[in-house]
Amino acid sequence: MIKVKGLKKKLGGRWVLDGVDLEIRDGEIFTLLGGSGEGKSVFLKNLLGIMKPDAGSINIDGQEITKLSGKDLLKVQIKVGMMFQGGALFDSLTVAENVGFGLKRLTNHSPDEIKTLVQKYLKMVRLEGVENLLPEKLSIGMKRRVALARAIATQPEYILYDEPTTGLDPITTSAVCNIFMELRDELKLTSVIVTHELETAFKVSDRISLLHNGRIRFTAPVEEFKKSTDQYVRSFIEGLTGENTAKEQDPNKR
Amino acid sequence: MKTPVRKILNTAESVTGGWRMLKTVASLIFRKPDDPVNIYRQMVRVGYESLPIVLLSALFTGMVLALQSGVASTRIFDQALFMGTLVSFSMVLELGPVLTAIVIAGRVGASITAEIATMKVSEQLDALYTLGTTPEKYLVIPLFISMLIMVPIATLFANITGVFGGYVIAVSRFNIPGSVYINDIITYLTNIHVLHGLIKSVFFAFIIVTVCCYKGLTASGGASGVGRSTTRAVVVSIVSILVSDYFLSTLLTSLGLI
Repeated sequence: MIKVKGLKKKLGGRWVLDGVDLEIRDGEIFTLLGGSGEGKSVFLKNLLGIMKPDAGSINIDGQEITKLSGKDLLKVQIKVGMMFQGGALFDSLTVAENVGFGLKRLTNHSPDEIKTLVQKYLKMVRLEGVENLLPEKLSIGMKRRVALARAIATQPEYILYDEPTTGLDPITTSAVCNIFMELRDELKLTSVIVTHELETAFKVSDRISLLHNGRIRFTAPVEEFKKSTDQYVRSFIEGLTGENTAKEQDPNKR
Repeated sequence: MKTPVRKILNTAESVTGGWRMLKTVASLIFRKPDDPVNIYRQMVRVGYESLPIVLLSALFTGMVLALQSGVASTRIFDQALFMGTLVSFSMVLELGPVLTAIVIAGRVGASITAEIATMKVSEQLDALYTLGTTPEKYLVIPLFISMLIMVPIATLFANITGVFGGYVIAVSRFNIPGSVYINDIITYLTNIHVLHGLIKSVFFAFIIVTVCCYKGLTASGGASGVGRSTTRAVVVSIVSILVSDYFLSTLLTSLGLI
């Protein structure tokens, strides 16, 4: 379980995160919705421990990661896989080397076993026959799926997705969403998705939170979220330009 | 436009950041390498692949040194004197280490910064943390090891090539017997002089790899940020090499290493 309390992060003189409180339950797909520049990716980087918050706590499986560093932090970090927005695949390595990167370092598998596992995880994300290609030869959708295979290959307990379907065509989006649900159902992975895409959020999530002005505006299961009467939530769902009105009524507004 | 105060603060931040990186490197460098193949790959990149341009620069530097000293000596003494001594001393003590370091800073240093900076802005460095390693362990340590080993070796080759370039000019242009040129070298040049140059080259390698890795790790701002970091890394490396050369020479001379 991940518990976040009063998380604050200031960047460029602005409180991007201004007291985020969240609880992410084991085995669920949790989606953090929010507009562009609302601090969703900053939230993920704090969760991963690669960015230090200015205040607040992040507790992963009982360990307070904001107080950890070096080896102790690395031990928690390898429990968490992440699929970065652009894939973040290593340019100089082939697809197989990328997927096997963590396996080589975190397991005692032989090269042959790693090769077999790489094929297994690539098959899981519906990519086959691309093992020897360099990332530059892949489309953005394929890059993200390779990144997903790389992230799940080390068998993390949690997986974070940064804008996983942004810029993908509807068919690839649907395929990627199905993979998320399979990973939850088959591998019992706890997933955290940050996105501004409602379609993805509604299709795959168990619960959704909406981030606004650096705080969580509303959290609920999908159906309840859809029916919310909160004005900003409604503006976000319906794409209304009444954001100013919502901001005026925002209880967190400073 | 940055104010002088902001510039001073930025420099102070770079120094403390660089120091932190060096402390991490010191704690990791004697541990089992993350990927030995990567160290080999970097050694090839720093040493073997830089050798042609290093040797070409050294050859022509040795040649021009011989030419200028020969012409000046002929004007003053009516004959070219001690060409072997002059060329070998200049190459081994100064030009070999400094030229090699500058060429490697321009060629390898720039590519190190550009590569690490690109990995930083495309989140590849962040990805390393989730895969059981860190940027320092996976990227910086192999670069430190390969630079500290390969730059002195390249310097040694540059010294030999520069002295050979001087030999060619001494023999062909000033009709000095080859044996005289070589005798001028072995009479005066000692192992201490070679050591003097090699100590400098290790220090220069340290400057290049520290500056270039740090600039790469702290890059920000997309493609333009990568360009900015790369330019700064090369400029800071070259200026630091030239400035530190004077102080290092003074120190080594005072220690009797000449």
